[in-house]
Amino acid sequence: MAAVIETVELKKNYGKHEAVRGLNLSVQAGSVCAFLGQNGAGKTTTIKMLLGMVHPSSGTGSVFGRRIDNENDSLLIRQKVAFVAEDKRLYDYMTVEEIVRFTKTFFPRWNHDFERRLMEQFDLPPKRKIRELSKGMRTKLALLLGFARGCELLILDEPTEGLDPVAVEDVLQIVVSMTAEGTTVFFSSHQIVEVEQIADHVLMIDRGQLVMDAPMDQVKEQYRHIQAVFPDPVDERDFRLPGIETIQAKGCAVSLVASHNVDSILEHVHMLRATNVDVVPLSLKEIFLGKVKARS
Amino acid sequence: MFRKPNPSSGVPIYVQLKEQIRHAIETGALSAGDQLPGIRGMAETLVVNPNTVIKVYRELEQEGVLEIRHGLGAFIALRRRRQSRTEEFRDGQRLAREFVDALKEQGLDEREIRRLIEAELAGDFQRR
Repeated sequence: MAAVIETVELKKNYGKHEAVRGLNLSVQAGSVCAFLGQNGAGKTTTIKMLLGMVHPSSGTGSVFGRRIDNENDSLLIRQKVAFVAEDKRLYDYMTVEEIVRFTKTFFPRWNHDFERRLMEQFDLPPKRKIRELSKGMRTKLALLLGFARGCELLILDEPTEGLDPVAVEDVLQIVVSMTAEGTTVFFSSHQIVEVEQIADHVLMIDRGQLVMDAPMDQVKEQYRHIQAVFPDPVDERDFRLPGIETIQAKGCAVSLVASHNVDSILEHVHMLRATNVDVVPLSLKEIFLGKVKARS
Repeated sequence: MFRKPNPSSGVPIYVQLKEQIRHAIETGALSAGDQLPGIRGMAETLVVNPNTVIKVYRELEQEGVLEIRHGLGAFIALRRRRQSRTEEFRDGQRLAREFVDALKEQGLDEREIRRLIEAELAGDFQRR
């Protein structure tokens, strides 16, 4: 499979602040890739660099094989990419149908059927002025404008912010339909559960650095929380093994998070004569919190 | 006929979906020759990644549970063991019922029983 997005040692400094610190990303064609991180982790800066809206301080990157730091290339990138930003800037003085009509004149591949389907599904009022739309309606309108333009890569920055659960499910369903059409989706979010539902690859970023890059199924199959109780008090040093991400020892009990190598870890635990061992899978949210906390 | 998988259960969505299809066959809700929804239809209904559905269908095909007829879709395979499998499953159900009843008599409540079984299965999964 070909990489749609690729970056090499991508960096961005704002004065002394290092927003992005050497990112090496690779997003495969046809995947739904989740880009997770806390607020201020560098997600939006990264996306803006991919779209040529922010110039990298160093490092390089490409989208569809075109360089993100070259102006002509960047133009070609933007023809193939739809981007729905967090702030959803729209022309407030237009009505819903005016902005739809206005936007589609720029895109020869505009999907009219999709536009009609979304107008109906999202229940958007065609005659209402954008300034009079609720936050949820605004988000849906911005998504419609992004979805209907016929793109090969869809970049979403916190797409479901401000939407109620029904609308969130609508949005996810449309992302699914677009994936079925072959669109690659790069999806920044801190709504971990919705990401878990549709993403097949997870990138996790913390303070400008990548802390996880793995297929979703692999994450689910390999991450385990192990709790063991021993006859005598144990020390954290007894559990420094490959694959162990965090260790918490308290008296005779220990609580471990393993990212891989679970079988050998369990063997080790049994060798230390554990009297009780519990192994449970972890949700992506627990893994995320663990990663972020372990680093701070 | 399929439920939306639980994304945060810690069990990969493709595993949950495979189990659902197998369960539907074992209970007789689906039988040999029945057609499953298309990849896109299944993905949209359950709101899961189409690649996940592809993976499920492909693996179940390899395991001989499904038959993919190109251009037509995915069908439940004709299997000689089907009848005995259904019986095995019914026997299993009966054993599970007796087991749960026995534990309840021991004074364990449903939550505790569920936890015991889950811990046992997780341990079993790890040992394999």
